[in-house]
Amino acid sequence: MDHFPNYWGMPPQESFDRYNIFQDKTKNNAISDPTTNTKQPIVTGTSVIAFKYKDASFGSLARYREVERLYPVGEYTVLASSGDFSDFQYVKHTLDKIMTKEYYTNDGHILGTPHIYEYLSQVMYHRRSKLNPLWNAFVVGGYHNGEGYLGYVNLLGTTFQASTITTGIGMYMASPLLRKAVEGHEDTLTEAEAVDLVEQVMRVLYYRDSQSINRYQRAKITAQGVEISPLLSAPTDWSIGKDLRGYQ
Amino acid sequence: MSFYPYTDNGGSALAIAGEDYCLLASDTRQSGEDYKIHAGYVPKAFKLTDSCVYAGVGFSADGVALVKRVRQSIEWYRHAHEKTMSTPALAQMIATVLYSKRFFPYYVGTILGGLDENGRGVVYSFDPVGSFEAELHKAVGSGAELIQPFLDNQVNLKFLPEVERTPLPLDVALQIAKDAFTSAAERDTKTGDYLEIFIIDREGVNVERFDLKRD
Amino acid sequence: MSSIGTGYDLSVSTYSPDGRVFQVEYAVKAVDNSGTAIGLRVKDGVVFAVEKLIQSKLLVPGSNRRIQTVDTHIGVATAGLLADGRHIINRARDEAENYRDTYRSPIPGKAIADRVGQYVQAYTLYSSARPFGSSTIIGTVDEEGPQLFMVEPSGVYWGKQVAKTEIEKLKLSEMTALDAVREATRIIYTVHDDAKDKEFELELSWVTVDNKRHQFVPTEIALEAERIAKETLNADMDDD
Repeated sequence: MDHFPNYWGMPPQESFDRYNIFQDKTKNNAISDPTTNTKQPIVTGTSVIAFKYKDASFGSLARYREVERLYPVGEYTVLASSGDFSDFQYVKHTLDKIMTKEYYTNDGHILGTPHIYEYLSQVMYHRRSKLNPLWNAFVVGGYHNGEGYLGYVNLLGTTFQASTITTGIGMYMASPLLRKAVEGHEDTLTEAEAVDLVEQVMRVLYYRDSQSINRYQRAKITAQGVEISPLLSAPTDWSIGKDLRGYQ
Repeated sequence: MSFYPYTDNGGSALAIAGEDYCLLASDTRQSGEDYKIHAGYVPKAFKLTDSCVYAGVGFSADGVALVKRVRQSIEWYRHAHEKTMSTPALAQMIATVLYSKRFFPYYVGTILGGLDENGRGVVYSFDPVGSFEAELHKAVGSGAELIQPFLDNQVNLKFLPEVERTPLPLDVALQIAKDAFTSAAERDTKTGDYLEIFIIDREGVNVERFDLKRD
Repeated sequence: MSSIGTGYDLSVSTYSPDGRVFQVEYAVKAVDNSGTAIGLRVKDGVVFAVEKLIQSKLLVPGSNRRIQTVDTHIGVATAGLLADGRHIINRARDEAENYRDTYRSPIPGKAIADRVGQYVQAYTLYSSARPFGSSTIIGTVDEEGPQLFMVEPSGVYWGKQVAKTEIEKLKLSEMTALDAVREATRIIYTVHDDAKDKEFELELSWVTVDNKRHQFVPTEIALEAERIAKETLNADMDDD
């Protein structure tokens, strides 16, 4: 008799998993299963930008290929990622699992944006402390207790909250633009102005970030919930190009 | 390419111990690599008890994790002993926590400012692996080399001809702290945005926020 | 009972000479002692109704639920020993999570019923444990549409429909989930014997093709169904 209930219902040990189909991920097999850590990102995306405006928080990002990097978590939260795409997929799955548990626990409590952000921050710091980081910079944006919420966490577990957040090359080029437009105007900036601002910043990023393509998605999070736009492009004007000299 | 688990988020903090008060000041800028500024208001000084305030500068994620752990211990102490941990006990405890990660340190320059059991102002400063000492004034962080000699001169009256030493009044200490940070923000790119000053006395802890250079 | 005193009912690992496992049969009796649980599969969803007998007047309404959610798209109703039912539901939740970890998609009804069935069956083998005194009805809407399964203490499970004479009269394939809520409520009220049984609380839930989420039926709809059920019942009694 096996007195460990976890094994009950499994076939007898001697015949179970003889071909190593079900791997016990807590153990390493020295021959076939070396310890693996992420040392560099593989598939990556470029900048994420996000800012707060009147009654809401707003996220957006430049895009790489046709890859979606905005993901809704629950009703009032959006996770945006730059960095390694497989690590992002892992994080999405992990968050989906905790949201599922919240759902079926059915105790009237739901995880809001600050809770999801705190959880993610702890996961990120924990993984960096094991020297096996999730190679991302995440922006968590949402709406909680009547106001917008924006938080940043990256592969080192470094966290901060602010009314404008950017990642990647956007941290150099988009930050000053956003801060100028948003800081101090969080309570007056309208949705139309916010949409314009996103387009303007996305255009600058497309002009100056050689890794980007002119594709982005925009997420809006308000009291009404999450809205993620279809694929967008910023209108561009290359007419001055013919006058440029010295770069051929 | 190998993963380096640390970064420097910059920032400065100082503390001055008075006769019956303690003053702890810290900027709120969080910097990134190169010349990046993550955000202007990310506090790195936190009230721990009614008679003690902590500031940690360096790697911000470690600083946040350290405060979390220390606060947990303070709460357990309170449940076990039915009293708040004294500032000297807290200092020793933090040193133990820091040393427990001697071979994968919390990359944080730590100062504690508060009152001891007799109500006298005390300042403790720590290195990242838990070496610590009690002092009367101390500056840590990216602007420390600018602020420390200024405090040595203005608080401890070093490098001056024979002068009469009298206890430092709070309003003077406050002005010294503000001046120290205004100057540091001018010369150190990683210090700026806002200044948070904690004043700890028998009444408890009070915080005030001031503007610093924003770029 | 023919089993008593023969010694063949003392262990689940011993057959009687005529090939029965008495402990499993006793487990089924434990199920019979509890309130009725119904699952109905209709054209646009599945509906659960449970007659939860109130063990004590001190219990807060809504406590000790016998219908629970597994993952987000599965409802499970249990009859029999409450604690055994909860244990089976916990296992079902683990299985659903495991399926998601492996395949990154919600577990289909067939798969969850199979896994729960395997697990329950194992407890008819161990000499040191007793079989579960709980039957479970598992309902979901998956790629194939609405699905309904039942797992008994023996580990036997089957799909499609939980047959009872009352239910057999219904034309389920033509009904909507809303119709089914009313029918299920009526059936629960019909089978409940006010004179003999304890008071009960009605639990009603559904998974519909619209949102594919298992949730409790909104209060207004539930109250309306109860009102109709009581009216029909009184009308029937007047006829008698």
